[in-house]
Amino acid sequence: MPRRTMIEAIRDAMDVSMGRDERVIVFGEDVGFFGGVFRCTQGLQAKYGKSRCFDTPISEAGIVGSAIGMAAYGLKPCVEVQFADYVYPAYDQIVSEAARLRYRSNGDFTCPIVVRMPTGGGIFGGQTHSQSPEALFTHVSGLKVVVPSNPHDAKGLLIAAIEDPDRVIFLEPKRLYNGPFDGHHERPVTPWSKHELGEVADGHYTVPLGRAVIRRPGAAVTVLAYGTMVYVAQAAAEETGIDAEIIDLRTLLPLDLETIVDSVNRTGRCVIVHEATLTSGFGAELSALVQENCFYHLEAPVVRVAGWDTPYPHAQEWDYFPGPARLGRALVETMEA
Amino acid sequence: MADAGMLRFHVPEPEVRPGGTPDFSDVTIPKAGSVPHPEIDVDPRDIRDLAFSIIRVLNRAGEAVGPWAGLLSDDELLEGLRHMMTLRSFDARMQMAQRQGKTSFYMQHLGEEAVSCAFRKALAPGDMNFPTYRQAGLLIADGYPMVTMMNQIYSNEADPLKGRQLPIMYSSKEHGFFSISGNLATQYIQAVGWAMASAISNDSKIAAAWIGDGSTAESDFHSALVFASTYKAPVVLNVVNNQWAISTFQGIARGGSGTFAARGLGFGIPSLRVDGNDYLAVHAVAKWAAERARKNLGPTLVEYVTYRVGAHSSSDDPSAYRPKAESDAWPLGDPIVRLKNHLIQRGVWSDERHTQAEAEILETVIAAQREAERHGTLHAGGKPSTRDMFEGVYGEMPPHLRRQRQQAGV
Repeated sequence: MPRRTMIEAIRDAMDVSMGRDERVIVFGEDVGFFGGVFRCTQGLQAKYGKSRCFDTPISEAGIVGSAIGMAAYGLKPCVEVQFADYVYPAYDQIVSEAARLRYRSNGDFTCPIVVRMPTGGGIFGGQTHSQSPEALFTHVSGLKVVVPSNPHDAKGLLIAAIEDPDRVIFLEPKRLYNGPFDGHHERPVTPWSKHELGEVADGHYTVPLGRAVIRRPGAAVTVLAYGTMVYVAQAAAEETGIDAEIIDLRTLLPLDLETIVDSVNRTGRCVIVHEATLTSGFGAELSALVQENCFYHLEAPVVRVAGWDTPYPHAQEWDYFPGPARLGRALVETMEA
Repeated sequence: MADAGMLRFHVPEPEVRPGGTPDFSDVTIPKAGSVPHPEIDVDPRDIRDLAFSIIRVLNRAGEAVGPWAGLLSDDELLEGLRHMMTLRSFDARMQMAQRQGKTSFYMQHLGEEAVSCAFRKALAPGDMNFPTYRQAGLLIADGYPMVTMMNQIYSNEADPLKGRQLPIMYSSKEHGFFSISGNLATQYIQAVGWAMASAISNDSKIAAAWIGDGSTAESDFHSALVFASTYKAPVVLNVVNNQWAISTFQGIARGGSGTFAARGLGFGIPSLRVDGNDYLAVHAVAKWAAERARKNLGPTLVEYVTYRVGAHSSSDDPSAYRPKAESDAWPLGDPIVRLKNHLIQRGVWSDERHTQAEAEILETVIAAQREAERHGTLHAGGKPSTRDMFEGVYGEMPPHLRRQRQQAGV
């Protein structure tokens, strides 16, 4: 099976979708002729023409707002916001409009759009190229929120998102674009070509939204992770020798609660990890759900390992980023509790 | 020149406040028929002055004059008059229904009836409006059932939006009326996107965007103009300048731009100003802009100069911020009275027939209201089910919503 980077997998997902359905339209800043600042849309304009893949003015509200109008017409726009850190000008359009259009019009109008945006830190991106704003979207009823962790899933989830009848916020951990990353910044990075999840089938396939996957089966503690943190969790388990069961959530909303509850009820312990800041982060929701659903099986308090409640710093990158050492300590503490 | 030294902060103020004498002497009203009618493929640079004038057809004597006149037949004008009268009557009944506690909220169109009623007649089937909350004339003029509008206002068991939306936030794809949102200006850029989609699909349909004077200050107004200009989207960008954004006079949003139409010029978009209380002028300009869009000549911005005669909403009291008699002093008059006088002048209408029509329309509205109330009002009778509250958030209900619906006992 061909191996692809996450960038290539994402591009392939759009290519496949555009080839299958002429209603699929791709646009955003630098997305057209240039092929995107991360190369995710490279070649699409040449292949499908400027009506299907084009550059936009630098206006996130304009990108998402026009996409909503196109969706109301009957197209299926898959648009890009260059960095998740720059989605805020479009927040009104996403929250007030895209998320509610079906509900408020009782299905008279729908909004099958995908908003792709590179997310996450670990790249010395500083304050405005590192944020993980997923909790700002999981709090919005009507949205779906997806965070892939590898090329295979990225392609399958993106095709599923494009085909979904509703709006999907598709957060791409840019730290994983070229290879998996476990937080060991002192070591060289392995490319996806050397990783089994870099195997991406040609043609059409989907990974269903709303389903988590167990990346590492284990019996001692459940780790809930997504995006880059999946690899950090794997490193932490290996380095501590703790038999952790690592769940890659893949879709945060709607959430695969069944897989989570089943795992925690078996392990009796749960550690949640995300890059986003702690307070009111998505981990708080996960923690509450575990507590509500697994209370009588829990043998230790649910622990959250997250980014500190500060803006994402530059020089202090590795003091901020929740790496395997910090997660490892939390795993040990949870086992001793 | 300004003196060097201390800076002074500038906050625009309306000419007159409550207790003062209304004064529109600074509003320049060109004579009817005096503004030229350019070709639709005109170079936008050649009609920059149209953004600072006002296109008018009906003169003081009620005659239709000048190059924008002569588009509508007697029957079409009589129909237009009926639409405007229906909207006004509908407004009055629904405002009263709100006062009687049959609904929580209402917003009238008093004085602005010509804008949406006349505009609708310039569109073709399949075109899509992206209206604000003050363009119900688009529905009335397209024959959307008044009973359905009332059902929505009453949030009753026959409400097409299942009680989820605030009153007057209608939605009808079938009638080219995009779902209304409470968030101002959001639909302006969506209209441009819809128009872009029509062009991408090599369709022949066009979009119409709607916004008020106050909301032009929202950033989505700017995005919409940029996108419309960049992609030459087949869209008519309507700005209804009714002089007031709740309590804020239009000068706060307009700033130093002179007119709202002038905003379009910087984007290279042909921009016209029209007498919003002149049914014939509104229709003629709308038709001009719609034809431009349909012939792939790109967007047009149209500013409708009118006056918000009524309160902002059923929750507002304008006497707290503007003189009570200000609407009487408004130099462009009343759109219904002006069209009525024109039809009388044309010899196809009379005061007697007008009075009779008023009574008939009121009867129709009351009959619709009676029928709607059989389906319930906000606090009495039939209402949408609690189950409906959980439906439609997504195409398919996700597990967490199913659990919550069960918790709610439905």
